[in-house]
Amino acid sequence: MQAAERQAATVAKTDPIILRVEGAYKYFPVGGLGGLSVRAVDGVDLEIRRGETMGLVGESGCGKSTLARLITALLPVTGGKITFEGQTISTLRGRSLRRIRRKIQMIFQDPFASLDPRMTVGDIIAEPLDNFNIGNHKQRMARVQELLRLVGLNPNFTNRYPHEFSGGQRQRIGIARALAVNPSFIVCDEAVSALDVSIQAQIINLLQDLQREFHLTYLFIAHDLAVVRHLSDRIAVMYLGKVVETADRRSIYEAPQHPYTRALLSSIPVPDPGIERNRAPITLKGEIPSPVNPPSGCRFHPRCPIARAPGICSDQEPPLEPHGHAGQLAACHFAGQI
Amino acid sequence: MAQTLLQVEDLHTQFFTRRGVVRAVDGVSLHIDAGETLGVVGESGCGKTMTALSVLRLVPDPGRITSGRILFRGRDVTKMTDDEIRDFRGNDVAMIFQDPMTSLNPVTKIGSQIEEAMTAHKRFSPQEAGVRGIQLLKRVRVPAAERRVSDYPHQFSGGMRQRAMIAMGLANEPSLLIADEPTTALDVTVQAQIIDLLKQLNRELGTAMMLITHNMALVASLCERVVVMYAGRVVEEGPVERIFKSPQHPYTWSLLRSVPRVDELRKDRLVSIKGLPPDLSNAPPGCKFHPRCPFVIDRCKREEPELAEVAPNQVARCWVLMRNVPEEAAEVTKQVVISEEAAKKLQEIPGAGS
Repeated sequence: MQAAERQAATVAKTDPIILRVEGAYKYFPVGGLGGLSVRAVDGVDLEIRRGETMGLVGESGCGKSTLARLITALLPVTGGKITFEGQTISTLRGRSLRRIRRKIQMIFQDPFASLDPRMTVGDIIAEPLDNFNIGNHKQRMARVQELLRLVGLNPNFTNRYPHEFSGGQRQRIGIARALAVNPSFIVCDEAVSALDVSIQAQIINLLQDLQREFHLTYLFIAHDLAVVRHLSDRIAVMYLGKVVETADRRSIYEAPQHPYTRALLSSIPVPDPGIERNRAPITLKGEIPSPVNPPSGCRFHPRCPIARAPGICSDQEPPLEPHGHAGQLAACHFAGQI
Repeated sequence: MAQTLLQVEDLHTQFFTRRGVVRAVDGVSLHIDAGETLGVVGESGCGKTMTALSVLRLVPDPGRITSGRILFRGRDVTKMTDDEIRDFRGNDVAMIFQDPMTSLNPVTKIGSQIEEAMTAHKRFSPQEAGVRGIQLLKRVRVPAAERRVSDYPHQFSGGMRQRAMIAMGLANEPSLLIADEPTTALDVTVQAQIIDLLKQLNRELGTAMMLITHNMALVASLCERVVVMYAGRVVEEGPVERIFKSPQHPYTWSLLRSVPRVDELRKDRLVSIKGLPPDLSNAPPGCKFHPRCPFVIDRCKREEPELAEVAPNQVARCWVLMRNVPEEAAEVTKQVVISEEAAKKLQEIPGAGS
């Protein structure tokens, strides 16, 4: 139980920053005339400290998965800077990029699509070791077995194929693969979303154990705020390509500063019929606008229950500034006044 | 009040595969009263969707309803002729599915699809159906309904598609709406809108609802009564307040504690249920949950318990029952290895198994 005690409480504010995202942009051209682009990530600032779990939430299309791909150097940034352990990922090439890639690993959402069906489990987990030329064959196989044991699978499963495993077991294989090269930073992109609830709990507990064991830093991306809040020390909320609020797990729920965060939190049902009878979700008007042509000013203003539009909200983009509790940032002209 | 709309009695639905007989629904009994909202919860493969498909006689090959009765207002659905069953589907009972994109025809306009649901049952003329299609879209709060009836499904967002599906389901004013994971594919803010809509429709039209989901919070929000299924069987049933406050089956208990709640900061770990759900072509002897149950006793491995009353209106299928489990034993389930210790403690419980 010390496991989760550690959460939030003991990640000292002084832990060094392992990853820093500064004004990151990622535009995808949509083709045709006019030079339009999908502004998937549109000016994101984020800092993640060593050993903490940073939760990243937002609805589909908010840019959270694109941001994950920028951080893992799977996509180049259109603008801005991402630094990992002091090195700028966005300008690295060749050998130094490979060195960084070894330290940043990823666990994917769909345990059915993210494992090659024609490779054995042993080869899947050993692949990163092969890629980075770590150890000889015998050492690799020994490490694979050790990893399987670590994630709670039978070490003799190395010659089996992914189809022989259930979703939860496949996710364990994906975790073993991510751990193979001793990373310090793991991006979990909807890593438990596709799993049944009882299996989801197994994987969440496993991720927490591994973090404690190896002093890992997580960026945990999910649309399920309840899971994110359970696992994370701090949480960033994204809306339409921007981070609109960051706060520690307690403040985000107890004192959300951005109206979007409030709406998001109020939308989530809780397993308690007594509370549910009286819960009044803040229903947002309309739907998420197109990231090709985001609204002027604050991009949440057309759906915001407290926006002054026309007015400051439709004219000026609010900066991400300290509001509310210590360490809490929000991008809203009226933060703290709601 | 309390007029029974649907009564399922000892339903068995089996799939005849090369690997053997899969008992997807294995002796399920449940009922829904007129205007009532019933939640059917459980994890993938527990038989909840197959129970619903059996009610509509839509079990896919190689599956078959092998025994049991499904009484809708006293008429046995399993004995209906093809004409009768066609009339029954849509008119009396409608179903909405998880994925609104694959349930809509991509090359037909939304309006035409809703009208089709009405004209197929010959309850409305094509002209009436056209007018009513727009009314229905308004009812499910699709903005600019007059214009949007001419849209194709790809022009609708996920939430709007689900609204259109609900409109289609309501077209012939069925007395029962079966909703299979209606919000699972949707974003949280959209999910809140759909929950709100379903609540409102139940209140205003008095449509009874059977909500099939794995999401306990959704059940707490929408339902009056809950049926918990595991391995093709009902393991617990009761009013929503009782089930959430005092679940008696260890599976229900674990399900409720294995999901984090957004309104709580837990200091401890989640309860995780070890292992995997059983293969339904080769289910374990005794209680189907016993290999995964942290509170298993010897009797569970040999004899399967019956559904027995544990409180007024609450039944559970368990030899142990959570009220006999001491707090410390329950705590053990939060540790990584849960079985042995919890089991040991439980063997010493006086009264369990009686």
